[in-house]
Amino acid sequence: MKFELVFRHWDLFLSGVWVTLHLTALALIIGFMIALPAALSLTRRSRFSPLVRGYVYFFRGTPLLVQTYLIYYGLAQFEFVRESWAWFFLREAWWCALIAFSLNSGAYTAEILRGAIATTPKGEIDGAKALGLSERQVTWLILLPSALRRALPQYGNEVVFMLHGTVVASIITIQDILGVGRTVNAKYYIAYEGLLSAAALYMVITFTLVWVFRRVEKRYLRHLDIDFGQTGKKPGKVAGADAGVPQMR
Amino acid sequence: MDNLIEYAPLLGSGALVTVSVAVLSLVLATVLGALGAAAKLSRKFAPRAIAQVYTTIVRGIPDLVLILLIYFGGQRLLSTIVHAAGLDYIDISKFWAGVISIGFIYGAYLTETFRGAYLAVPRGQGEAARALGLTPLATLWTVLLSQIMRMALPGYGNVWLVLVKSTAVVSVIGLADLVGLADKAGKATREPFLFFVAVILVYLAITWVSGLALRYAEVRVNRGHET
Repeated sequence: MKFELVFRHWDLFLSGVWVTLHLTALALIIGFMIALPAALSLTRRSRFSPLVRGYVYFFRGTPLLVQTYLIYYGLAQFEFVRESWAWFFLREAWWCALIAFSLNSGAYTAEILRGAIATTPKGEIDGAKALGLSERQVTWLILLPSALRRALPQYGNEVVFMLHGTVVASIITIQDILGVGRTVNAKYYIAYEGLLSAAALYMVITFTLVWVFRRVEKRYLRHLDIDFGQTGKKPGKVAGADAGVPQMR
Repeated sequence: MDNLIEYAPLLGSGALVTVSVAVLSLVLATVLGALGAAAKLSRKFAPRAIAQVYTTIVRGIPDLVLILLIYFGGQRLLSTIVHAAGLDYIDISKFWAGVISIGFIYGAYLTETFRGAYLAVPRGQGEAARALGLTPLATLWTVLLSQIMRMALPGYGNVWLVLVKSTAVVSVIGLADLVGLADKAGKATREPFLFFVAVILVYLAITWVSGLALRYAEVRVNRGHET
């Protein structure tokens, strides 16, 4: 094992960490902005719900890798794409990755939020209505604050999965953590060091995120420790009975 | 469109590779998951610790990183061993490297699924069976297993759906699966969009059929438990 080769390129790995975190964070933010209206339209049966349902099904039912290929390699096939303003973004691997990851994260987050909204105790909404709140007020003051908190444990998993999903970026030439690890491996013709370093970095980031989410959940789900017989869950078990390791999404 | 028809047999063989990788890794993952769950539920410290390390490592590292580590790292390790034994070069098959990697990864997720399912079966079931004089093995086999399966099915189905999508990344190590072949065909014909749309349709079809099968299986295992 020649880990000094890895340490000699610590600056490359640092920039890889930045690229990975940057992509993950942007994809999650854009994804969330897609997911919120999407989830509301799914729970309300609006005109758009069939369209939104199709979007969620499409992105949850296919691999992120293929979605990314479709945008990066696929769209370049069409001349009208290459001649439009969008080509400025679509010729860049980075933008294609960001678009694919955002749309993917949007679909998964929409499903998480839909679930959280659908399981809102009826009494919360009835109470708000009885107090004379308008429908918009019920949504923004009662429904969403309550649902978003309860979505936290699952959203934490989505964050970890998006982080892990960004490795797809390295396949389309982006120098994220894995990209740097493979570059270093190829440069010195070594088999383990670059990949093992990348794996260690991903683990550190993953468990930091898990730890942060556990703290945030503790803070924002405190009220659920007292069971009023509405959720049917045991007290103290709400924040994911098996917290600590990322779950399957 | 003509290209798609021309390449249809090729894509079909790719889809077959994808499905084979998925099914074989599910088998491996199920075995590893069962062993992992047994270890995590063990009273002894060592198995519990090993299983904990296994699930923690797998869930902290992205799937592609593990696949590359197992494929390239395993290749290097094997070469060293083979060389030391004075033998010739041996190639790890890409197919089996993919199956082993994906099975190894999803075994960790199934460990949690099976462990949760075991804990969800009421304690009295096992205790009653033991009180009736059944051996521990007979208790597990005749009384607990069917109930564990019922509890584990939703999680198992979920792992399967994620696993199928995960097989797409084995194309990165050069396996001629659906994604890898579509990529090649797309480049050869300069119609990548067409071929990736075809790939997406195949994945959607697999997801759809799996969904139907899972719903049927869930109804079946829940006979007598309808609310």
